Amino acid sequence: MREFKGRVIVPGECTAEALVSHDGFNTLASYQTSFLTGDKKATCSDQNNPDLYKKPMAGVALCLPQTIGSTTGGMILYTASDYGRQPACMLFSKPIDSIGAAGVLLSDIWTDAKMPTIDSLGDDFLEYVKTGMKITVRDGGIVECD
Amino acid sequence: MKLTEEQQAIYDGSKGETYAKVMQTLVRYGELFGADEMIPVTGEYGHLVTSFGLKVIHPVYKLMDELIGAGVTSKQKFTMDPRPLDKNVPSGPIKDLVFKKFMYSMQDEYEEQLKKLGLLSEDGFSCACYFDEQGNKPKKGDILSWAESSAVVYANSVLGARCNRNSGIIELFGSILGFVPKFGLLTDEGRKATWRVELKTSALPSAQVLGSAIGMKVMEDVPYVFGLSEYLGEELTDDVCAYLKNFGAATASNGAVGLYHIDKLTPEAVESGEALIADDAKTYVIDDAEIQRVIDSYPVIWKNPDAKPKMCFIGCPHLTRSELCGWINKIYDALKKNNHSKPVIPTVLTSAPGVLRSIEGTEEERRAKEIGLTISYICPLMYCDNPLVHSTPIITNSNKLRTYTSCRFYEDDRILPIICGGGK
Repeated sequence: MREFKGRVIVPGECTAEALVSHDGFNTLASYQTSFLTGDKKATCSDQNNPDLYKKPMAGVALCLPQTIGSTTGGMILYTASDYGRQPACMLFSKPIDSIGAAGVLLSDIWTDAKMPTIDSLGDDFLEYVKTGMKITVRDGGIVECD
Repeated sequence: MKLTEEQQAIYDGSKGETYAKVMQTLVRYGELFGADEMIPVTGEYGHLVTSFGLKVIHPVYKLMDELIGAGVTSKQKFTMDPRPLDKNVPSGPIKDLVFKKFMYSMQDEYEEQLKKLGLLSEDGFSCACYFDEQGNKPKKGDILSWAESSAVVYANSVLGARCNRNSGIIELFGSILGFVPKFGLLTDEGRKATWRVELKTSALPSAQVLGSAIGMKVMEDVPYVFGLSEYLGEELTDDVCAYLKNFGAATASNGAVGLYHIDKLTPEAVESGEALIADDAKTYVIDDAEIQRVIDSYPVIWKNPDAKPKMCFIGCPHLTRSELCGWINKIYDALKKNNHSKPVIPTVLTSAPGVLRSIEGTEEERRAKEIGLTISYICPLMYCDNPLVHSTPIITNSNKLRTYTSCRFYEDDRILPIICGGGK
């Protein structure tokens, strides 16, 4: 087990299975097909992201460097949250980007979804964490990888 | 963050709970990036990215209803990204049915919501809202609350306005309040270049590929480009602005660039020169081999990579008037030369509604009709970015369209013979 500490963007605690993206997370490309098909597991449709493609994103501990892609990204994440298909938590290795920040804040303030979000966890975090690991997010920006 | 009395009152609920939530969202957003104040939006109009009434983004309409129901309106009028539908664009009965009745079935209702919130005009739908024909062209130094990555990077870099790379909804909140948190590209420090890009090619590279190369290298950083003004000159002519529009869109979509400086050409580079470059800036040299490496790196994600193209889109971002007329004439002349009366594949040229109006009655409009070119205000990305179209082999000269869809990219000089029957 290893512990990492980052900055709290959205407070909260949770435990979930890790889904790790080593490339930037393209929010629009990742969610677009699941929105169109009504897929409640939010299966990732970003063909350019081999780490995530075809993997369910709802309820996972999504580990990523930053988000990338369209400026609709924040709106897309908000929509996923309103539908209850958001990740259990979002864990950024780098400082959060403006589109990702918009998404998690819109989700936190404008929906009932709970999605604790931590950023600045460091490159070490993304090197260490593996898809399928058990992740626990604790108060104060603490992330445990088991 | 230190708020003015007016801002604090809104934050505390003086104008109601919904306004308070809008303010709280922007305050928290700004605080994440170290903003210590909210500053007035000084640009005349806003620009919103979410132009499509996609049925599945129901939560957005719910949020709009909440705003409207609470009496919230935008302090400034705003323009929008392009509409997703145009009956003139070739599709077929099944796609027509699915587009209109299922995918974008909320378009009319959504546009009604936008009118209530502050839509500038019925024709205010283009990603290139800054064209003279569209009337949303900020001045140097204006503070903006815009989204749409290609418009933001153009406004910052070519017009010298100041705008962060905002997300959809956040940009509307800035227009509603008339304030935005001051951080990033709104500050002098945030506009400094952290990359020196040295162009050492033997000829002017395609704007789409050069922008792509720089975007993929610098991601969200600010590049200062040397060597480009040797090809483009030192004046922002219409042709140069069109080049920079396409270049910027590629930097913003292949990376996340919100601002670039071109030595001796863009306003802040002309004004301040190398003083804009941070001391610890990294260097990226681009030569012919690097351009070729970037082109070769683009994956072809068609099911059958050897498939014959079935459609072509030119105009993402929307074409300037000069580009639109240029493409019509180039295609017309090439078809005549090759003894074809129509393009070999259905070809759609996209531009802003104001530009389309400006060519009505011209020789170019007549030529386009004669050869069966489709001229549309549609957003090619919205057309292509759905599962129904993913299986159709579509080609484009847009690096943004390539990035977000399954479209295959060709440079201008290669795509023309494909459209006109003179090449593979």
